[in-house]
Amino acid sequence: MAEFQNHSVALTVKNLSVYFGKNHAVKNVSLDITARAVTAIIGPSGCGKSTFLRSINRMHELNPDARMEGEIKLFGKDIYSRGIEPVVVRRRVGMVFQKSNPFPTMTIAENVTVGLRLNGVRDKKILAERTEKSLQMSALWDEVKDRLNAPAVSLSGGQQQRLCIARALAVQPEILLMDEPASALDPLATAKIEELILQLKENYTIVIVTHNMQQAARASDFTAFFYMGELVEFGPTTKIFTNPAQKRTEDYVTGRFG
Amino acid sequence: MTAPNHKWRQFKDVLMQIITFICAVLVIAPLVLVFYHLVKLGFGSLNLDFFTHVPKALGEKGGGMANAIVGTFILIGEAAIVGVPIGVLGGIYLSEYGGSKMNWGIRFAADILNGVPSITWGVVVYGLMVIPMHGSSALAGGVVLGMMMIPLVMRTSEEVLQLVPPGYREASLALGISKWRTILQIVVRTALKGIITGVLLALARVAGETAPLLFTAFGNLGWAHSLKEPIAAMPLLIYNYATSPYEDWHRQAWAGALVLLLLVLFVNIVVRVMTRDRFKNKI
Amino acid sequence: MMEQKTAGIQFGDRIFKWLTLLMAITVFVLVGLIGYELFVGSKPAIHKFGWHFLISSDWDPTNDVYGALPFILGTLVSSFIGLIIAVPISVATAVYLTELAPLWLRQPLVMFIELLAAIPSVILGFWGLFVMVPWLHKYLFPPLRSTFEFLPVFKGTDYGPCMLAAGIILAIMIVPIITSISREILRSVPPIQREAAYALGATRWEVTRIAVLSYAKKGIFGAVILGLGRALGETMAVTMVIGNAPQFVPSLFQPGSTLASWIANQFTEAIGDLFYSSLFELGLVLLGVTVLVNILAQLMLKTFAGPSVKPQH
Repeated sequence: MAEFQNHSVALTVKNLSVYFGKNHAVKNVSLDITARAVTAIIGPSGCGKSTFLRSINRMHELNPDARMEGEIKLFGKDIYSRGIEPVVVRRRVGMVFQKSNPFPTMTIAENVTVGLRLNGVRDKKILAERTEKSLQMSALWDEVKDRLNAPAVSLSGGQQQRLCIARALAVQPEILLMDEPASALDPLATAKIEELILQLKENYTIVIVTHNMQQAARASDFTAFFYMGELVEFGPTTKIFTNPAQKRTEDYVTGRFG
Repeated sequence: MTAPNHKWRQFKDVLMQIITFICAVLVIAPLVLVFYHLVKLGFGSLNLDFFTHVPKALGEKGGGMANAIVGTFILIGEAAIVGVPIGVLGGIYLSEYGGSKMNWGIRFAADILNGVPSITWGVVVYGLMVIPMHGSSALAGGVVLGMMMIPLVMRTSEEVLQLVPPGYREASLALGISKWRTILQIVVRTALKGIITGVLLALARVAGETAPLLFTAFGNLGWAHSLKEPIAAMPLLIYNYATSPYEDWHRQAWAGALVLLLLVLFVNIVVRVMTRDRFKNKI
Repeated sequence: MMEQKTAGIQFGDRIFKWLTLLMAITVFVLVGLIGYELFVGSKPAIHKFGWHFLISSDWDPTNDVYGALPFILGTLVSSFIGLIIAVPISVATAVYLTELAPLWLRQPLVMFIELLAAIPSVILGFWGLFVMVPWLHKYLFPPLRSTFEFLPVFKGTDYGPCMLAAGIILAIMIVPIITSISREILRSVPPIQREAAYALGATRWEVTRIAVLSYAKKGIFGAVILGLGRALGETMAVTMVIGNAPQFVPSLFQPGSTLASWIANQFTEAIGDLFYSSLFELGLVLLGVTVLVNILAQLMLKTFAGPSVKPQH
């Protein structure tokens, strides 16, 4: 993977359209996502931002009516080209969901390593190493290192979400997608997640969907504003929030939007 | 102020409460009475011999039901081998894969099978196995019970699998875990308690079945030495003893019925306590 | 790197999907198998007797002549008696459980009813034969007969096992299923129905009658039909208390037989191909009737409440 890390562009999206049956959810979107930076996707609910995010790891295909046009390239490789399985894409593109969803039947450690184990990694040493590293990266290690074999559901809401981040990191993805990862958390836990995002971008490319404008302003380097399935404006976060080019963007970030 | 018929309406309200209460008592009365009579008439005949000896020849005192108890467990085991994999995997298809039309058809067929009278299953397996194999056998008895389990287990498995929140499937697929591993290791594992509950209830149900065994397992006053021989089962022996004219056998039948009922009720009660916990955790 | 292992993943997914599909469609295979086996087994009898089998009352192994009419009538009448007894009690109990009973009592009562449904048929029949029938013979039948002697259905000496005893044991067996499905139907009545009636100043019973029962009528009817389907095919308990006579006498106190009980009773004693074949045909008739009744019940329950109300077993 080393050869990829010099690329400044992690993800190239070209003329992407996503349909669910007759519903045109994402309309002809093109943008480049910078490696080792945080890109925030903002916009009112129903604007297609979640669908856009899910098309990056082909999770939208779980809906049998889904159909896409256009191109998404991950470090230069088309993830939709023939012969590429969604399963393989998803190992390279990790995802964290709005609602924390650690597997209830598994312990903390088992949750972290589940992606590795179910993809065939058996070596106990590797698993233990990866558990510690992933939990450290998700800033959970110090809180759980003495009870790795406790059930995952015994953790608090914020801890559970960081466990889900560790679970996603353990398979060593190249990009991490986050779908409103803090929207179900209290302010303290949210602050921790944001802090974590800033640390993670040292090593990872992060795309985060949020409806919280302050969060986008604080935690991201680039911001894309979606409206009614279209990409209205995309640029450095400071520019989007202080000097947007589009009137609709300005209305939205200043809260004057419907 | 009060309407002229106010008192009558109130009286009717109380009356209906009393009537419906009496009906509820009538409904559970048979359970209590059956249990009472089984204990009263059967408990005295329960002793070590009952569990360790085979039936004695007619007229001799003593003897037990050891062969029937073991036979029932062998039949249940066979039924589980036939019914559980097919039922659970079919339930997985219904919950995780099937399109709506296909699923409608499968559910419809399963519901029809659930309504097929137990004696009919016996006749079918008689034609299917007993005639070609030239005789009743433990194998035919196990297969008929297993077949009866299939639709039961399939429907309950489907139901509990659908209780697993979709978020777990998404989380697993997003980790790049393939769909079949996601289903087996995440979805089924999360719903495992419910699936086991369904399987246990189905096993408890077929354990008490008599009609399908009458001409498949047939019964045996001694031990069956292979699955190709007729085998004893508790419900069969209870039926044969109960419809015989001998006091001694009646006593044995009461004891057998008590043991069988306790076994079935035990499984049912344990399972219901288990499910109650499951819902407590979920909500 | 992305192409690696792809084939393996697709292979595993496909195999698993086909495996589960294969298992799921065994239900079709079983439905076909049941119909086929019964039909093939019945062929000689169908060939010999034709439609006459269904309307003939002869069951005469010595002359090798068989007819199903007494058993068809016995099945219908015993189930009908069972329904007459079970339906009012079940519906009243369901109403008590959902509308009137104190909350703390509801769960234990439901549990008892579920346990009643779990009693094996042979045990209930055993109890029926040795406890219930003697009791009926002593305490219920004499006063019934002396009161209703003018009615032909109460004529004849009673020996104990009889059509009425079978009806009562069937009632005990179908009460749990009718009660628990009716209860689910009543619970699915939207609260707003009740509130509207309460707001008019109705008493609890009036709310139940006006708002709940009238709303749930169709679903409860479905539950009753499902109970009927169960009663038609019930075997062991009926066999033990009905008296097992190959006849149908229009009196409640006379022994008779149902399709299921007669098969259970005669199958191991049958001699000769035509005898066997006739028993298979009884099974075919029984299957036809129960399947039709069950389909009817499913359709009624589904149109009432969508797929959420399922038959319990």
